Amino acid sequence: MKPVAFSYHRPRTLDEALALLRSEPDCKVIAGGQSLIPLMNFRLSRPGALVDINEIEGLNRVEKTDGGLRIGALVRHQALAEHPLVREVCPVLAEAAGHVGHWAIRNRGSLGGSLAHADPAAELPAAMVALDARFEVASADGVRQVPARSFFLGYLMTDLAPDELLVAVHVPAQTGRAFGFHEFARRPGDFALAGAFAEVGPGGAGAVTWFGVSGGPERCELTFPEDAAAREAAFAALVEPFDPGQDAPYRRHLAVQAAERAYQQAVGGRG
Amino acid sequence: MSEVQTKVRIRLRVNGAEHEVDVEPRWLLSDVLRHQLGLTGTHVGCEQGVCGACTVLVDGRPERSCLMFAVQAEGHEVTTVEGLTPAEGLSPLQAAFQAHHALQCGFCTPGMLVTAEALLRENPNPTEEQVREALSGNVCRCTGYQFIVDAVLAAAREGRS
Ligand SMILES: Cc1cc2nc3c(=O)[nH]c(=O)nc-3n(C[C@H](O)[C@H](O)[C@H](O)COP(=O)(O)OP(=O)(O)OC[C@H]3O[C@@H](n4cnc5c(N)ncnc54)[C@H](O)[C@@H]3O)c2cc1C
Ligand code: FES
Ligand code: FES
Repeated sequence: MKPVAFSYHRPRTLDEALALLRSEPDCKVIAGGQSLIPLMNFRLSRPGALVDINEIEGLNRVEKTDGGLRIGALVRHQALAEHPLVREVCPVLAEAAGHVGHWAIRNRGSLGGSLAHADPAAELPAAMVALDARFEVASADGVRQVPARSFFLGYLMTDLAPDELLVAVHVPAQTGRAFGFHEFARRPGDFALAGAFAEVGPGGAGAVTWFGVSGGPERCELTFPEDAAAREAAFAALVEPFDPGQDAPYRRHLAVQAAERAYQQAVGGRG
Repeated sequence: MSEVQTKVRIRLRVNGAEHEVDVEPRWLLSDVLRHQLGLTGTHVGCEQGVCGACTVLVDGRPERSCLMFAVQAEGHEVTTVEGLTPAEGLSPLQAAFQAHHALQCGFCTPGMLVTAEALLRENPNPTEEQVREALSGNVCRCTGYQFIVDAVLAAAREGRS
């Protein structure tokens, strides 16, 4: 099948894009198209108009700020994985980006697209929640700031209004906390069966942010027990309420193991 | 909605040549390459980004031509498997595929070649694991992959010698 007909707009500026999002009925943003076009090819999504943001200047920058990094919404997954600033300031984010899909998908799929799409098994939404990022969201009315931790509302649902554009994310530098990441997928590039980010601070206080085992990223604070068996029991108790859908017991088991490996990576100083 | 079906004239740069084509915005790059430009080396399997048969280079990087509208390729350099094939004979990578029996039905082969060529340009000396990782987004239902990996590693060795 082929997509239904739509009108196509390729604005050069952010203001033009925001005006179109407001004026065009039944309109959707297209960034990398790596989630939207499969849906359109199978006619599961039938937008009347597309606003293509790929040619807007400046949306694909990574910049150092006072508090950490500002990463443009159009930064591709592969660029995020390889970017020297991301690797320096936030290596766990670069590592997670390298697990998004296959090479050809990563070359086109964008950070903003992944966050706006909000697939429950996606790495980057969980990364943003784990890292306590803040999103810059623009509309014709102006810019508002949304904490990642209140942006994801459930399966493919976010706080974005139809006429809003995710412009950039702000990721704070990780001082005093170590991060780790692990995911289980059947093959490299597949969506995760279960994955976790671990955050470990002084005295073992920290959090685990899971993905792939619920309707969205799930962040749980805890003090990591030093004893491995006690840690496993603590993780198991935390994932118990999640509904991973298919193969639930197995996926909860993987979630526990992912948390343990992410924890090991964090305390091993590789996070 | 009258403008919806209207075709737009675009300039596409494919394999070093300029083409002027009239396309509907909803036409996929994969379909325009095949049906408008006659470049049927680019295969179409799934149209959901999973199989990799439609992989082409966009500005030198492998991307799915089924997950891009042709209008979006304007201003970018597209390279298909035809563009990686010399006028006479085979490229070293293609010759290695032949020598190592890296294809049977050949359906996946263009996507494999395009992806592997991009890998070798970026990393002329890949490990077996890097080859497998790079090709993990390309499905082959015939070979079992081992011979494809062998061929890419052999082409890399030859490139070095
Ligand atoms: C074979 C395959 C494997 C994949 N594997 C994984 C995986 O393992 N993990 C993973 O996380 N993802 C995976 N993906 C999805 C991939 O990460 C996508 O790149 C991503 O989900 C969407 O980004 P995009 O830029 O392509 O967005 P698009 O497809 O262009 O858009 C997706 C949605 O977000 C909206 N949108 C896009 N950008 C913005 C913006 N800046 N502001 C507001 N709304 C916006 C669009 O309107 C649309 O609704 C895979 C995809 C494929 C095809
Ligand atoms: S046809 Fe494009 S990935 Fe299968
Ligand atoms: S050779 Fe037949 S699919 Fe790969």
